[in-house]
Amino acid sequence: MYGFLIVVGILLLISIIWMVYKIQSLVSVVKGSDKKVASGSNKVNAFMFVLFLLGTGGLMFWYSIKEFDNYNLPLASEHGVATDQLFWITMAVTGVIFIITHILLFWFPYKYQYNEDRKAAFYPDNNKLEVIWTVVPAIVLALLVIGGWKAWSDITRPAPENAHVVELMGYQFAWEVRYPGMDNVLGANDYRLTNASNVSGIDFSDRNSHDDFNSPVVVIPKGEPVLFRIRARDVLHSVFAPHMRLKMDAVPGMPTKFWFVATKTTEEMRAELNDPEFEYEIACTEVCGRGHFSMRRVINVVEPAEYRKWLADQKPYIVNNPALVENLSPEMKELAEITISEHK
Amino acid sequence: MATAHTATHSASANDHHDDHEHHDNFITKYIFTTDHKMIGKQFLVTGIFWAIIGGLLSIIFRLQLGFPDMELYWLKPILGGWIDDAGKLDPNFYLALVTMHGTIMVFFVLTAGLSGTFSNFLIPLQIGARDMASGFMNMLSYWFFFLSGVVMFISLFIETGPASGGWVVYPPLSALEQAMPGSGLGMTMWLVAMTFFIASSLLGGINYITTVINLRTKGMSFSRLPLTIWAFFLTAVIGLLSFPVLFSAALLLVFDRSFGTSFYLSDIYIGGEALPNTGGSPVLYQHLFWFLGHPEVYIVLLPALGITSEIISVNSRKPIFGYKAMIISMLGITILSFIVWAHHMFVSGMNPFLGSIFMFLTLIIAIPSAVKVFNYLTTLWRGNLIFTPGMLFSIGLVSFFISGGLTGIFLGNSAIDIQLHDTYFVVAHFHLVMGSASFFGLMAGVYHWFPKMFGRMMDARLGYIHFWLTFIGVYMVFFPMHYIGIAGFPRRYYSWTNFEFSNMYTDLNMFVSVAAIITFGAQLIFLFNFFYSMYRGRVASLNPWRANTLEWTTPLHPKHGNWPGEIPTVYRWPYDYSKPGAADDFIPQTVPLSATPESNLPHEQELVKLEKAIIADEEDVLVANVSKES
Repeated sequence: MYGFLIVVGILLLISIIWMVYKIQSLVSVVKGSDKKVASGSNKVNAFMFVLFLLGTGGLMFWYSIKEFDNYNLPLASEHGVATDQLFWITMAVTGVIFIITHILLFWFPYKYQYNEDRKAAFYPDNNKLEVIWTVVPAIVLALLVIGGWKAWSDITRPAPENAHVVELMGYQFAWEVRYPGMDNVLGANDYRLTNASNVSGIDFSDRNSHDDFNSPVVVIPKGEPVLFRIRARDVLHSVFAPHMRLKMDAVPGMPTKFWFVATKTTEEMRAELNDPEFEYEIACTEVCGRGHFSMRRVINVVEPAEYRKWLADQKPYIVNNPALVENLSPEMKELAEITISEHK
Repeated sequence: MATAHTATHSASANDHHDDHEHHDNFITKYIFTTDHKMIGKQFLVTGIFWAIIGGLLSIIFRLQLGFPDMELYWLKPILGGWIDDAGKLDPNFYLALVTMHGTIMVFFVLTAGLSGTFSNFLIPLQIGARDMASGFMNMLSYWFFFLSGVVMFISLFIETGPASGGWVVYPPLSALEQAMPGSGLGMTMWLVAMTFFIASSLLGGINYITTVINLRTKGMSFSRLPLTIWAFFLTAVIGLLSFPVLFSAALLLVFDRSFGTSFYLSDIYIGGEALPNTGGSPVLYQHLFWFLGHPEVYIVLLPALGITSEIISVNSRKPIFGYKAMIISMLGITILSFIVWAHHMFVSGMNPFLGSIFMFLTLIIAIPSAVKVFNYLTTLWRGNLIFTPGMLFSIGLVSFFISGGLTGIFLGNSAIDIQLHDTYFVVAHFHLVMGSASFFGLMAGVYHWFPKMFGRMMDARLGYIHFWLTFIGVYMVFFPMHYIGIAGFPRRYYSWTNFEFSNMYTDLNMFVSVAAIITFGAQLIFLFNFFYSMYRGRVASLNPWRANTLEWTTPLHPKHGNWPGEIPTVYRWPYDYSKPGAADDFIPQTVPLSATPESNLPHEQELVKLEKAIIADEEDVLVANVSKES
């Protein structure tokens, strides 16, 4: 059925094009307009530019205003304030240029459309003008760059020492979320130790790993710095937390990081948006294969007190699966068993 | 010698039928030709073929994005197993479509189809040369491209699918067969095809550069070159310097894929096993790739800007404003294009300090671009505008160049790029500034030089309809993507419903898909117009647009060698339109200044003396030639 309709549609289209073509070429021959420099179509085209300007300009303003709350994502991080501000400043600056240049670009065709009695102005150059429109954009861009540079160096400076560490490891096709436990130090890892029960390739002979635990949800405290340590196990991935204005590639063999401070708990955001279902999310933004579009993790931002309580409740890897420490040296095993018994 | 030979030959054969001319048979004339004009047309037709394929691929994935619930059984005859039993597109094949669409459009359509067509066709015609410096290399350039296309085309049909890791083919995804089916044979074929393509680009580029430097006709100094030629020349320089780097990136990738090296691979556990590779860096590949990848943007864009400069000037009946500023800004873009590549990698994990450096460099490149826009606007100002289809597409290009260029200021700013990187904002940005702008340059060029290519006119009104449908269509496709991008929708997603933040805009995506289908459909008008006019179009006059450049001084159907007699000498720059005092509103480059005392500017009046000496000189040569022949 579809196929038939498509064939009919195409045939119809072709026959319409053919008819239009034939009719108009006959008309133009009869009128003799094919001999003229500019026929009546010149006026139509000139007018179309103005119409296009008004039509699409109107459409743009209408949609931009109407949809503002939809495309303007809620913001929940400290550095996001700065980047959002930069975004909107840039939007204002470029928006003005966009509108002015387009008004000129579409109005000139109307205003200066071909007229046999008129001659175009011979105006090959004007160095003063060239200098002006080299220097002015240079200054404007310099200002934008300086703003961006400040924000960028702020965002990428080393994380404060007290930052809560969370490890996000991308693999096809999910994120493994690992916490360093009470010591806030992640245990060492080696990709060769990876297997089905040790997804992150944790080296349990490192004492720091004994209190490491994983979580199906990224839980972080509000108002305190959080450091994402990001890595990948197989191919490139990229951590994208849209509400946090956070993005960083996960690279196999080269750990990366991004630190930030969340400003609103999930509950607060739910109340603010009046959406009880709202969740902060993490997505993957570096193409990584078939399941690229489904690497979802939820970030749960909570009050610091609640965070500490949650942290204390978590069970380390080795508690959930004591088999992980079976092959360790006797001393290490003993230490591990102490940790296990502490959590029981 | 060859010059004189062709000249006398064509002159005497003017009235005869083609059969008696040359020893051309079908194969040497249409297939293994060394005539730059035919090679240009070969590139054009091949480019059009690839544009249709690339466009169709995008329509298929737009169906998935706009109508995620649609049952695609009807595509089964073409796509076979890539449509599953539920009538859904396979997510792996979705990625293959995106990858092939990008590769085809960037390399086959907008590099080969644009540069290949117009550099070949126009350089000898506009600088006054019989042909390219090496016709044979030029022929090889096309056939390497053809071979590349054959390999790429076959890869579309293999069982594991074509390369699927995005057109950037970042390793390890593209290096490991276990990572996705497209990284197997499909990726190998991609690499083979790109190797041939790079060879083709280099053969072409060397030729363009050599030809422009060495074969300009008498009087055609660099300061009298049409801006088209400047653009093609600089494009070729960029290509020559950057394509070898892509080749090195690809070569190392081949080593990693097939010979167990670890240039890009390190610490990988995939498919239940830990690979032995350590010490490599995927970021190294990104640096190498974008060292071509960014200049590639300008390889695609500069020819379009050059074409536009010429067409806007001709149809405004006005000299291009700021000829020198245009050249300087193109030179600036050429140089800067090599030192901004890492702005594609702000969040790749590279040192953030590098990010700041590249942010500064990137925003500098916006300045020459801005200068170009202002110059176009001033060229239109107080002109006498004739809206030929070529002119319409050129104005459209300027619009896209502004719209897409301005969003580049967001993305070049590393702090803002954190949020926008790899979202639909980027998709909107480069489709406007690079894709659509260059495509419009290509279209403008085809409409404008069709009469020179085929001796017939394309139908103008179909051109108008084609333009307006395409112009509005392109904006309807790509403008909404800005909103989707600001909302954070990531690129290369098969579906957005897995996430709450992106579980919306189904209506807008549907709108975009419909607009894309209509826009693609509108190209059928062009196809009809193009092929129909080739045989049945109105016969063109010698200089239908009343332009100044040299190509319009050739016969309607120039033979191999272009001019039947001597190559014309050039006496002035190509933009003497509406010169005060002149009778006509254009003075071709071949008209001596001494013949137009009424319109000469003060400094030109001084050149007249010099010119007279040259003309006298030439007449001596002519007389000598004539006596030799008799």
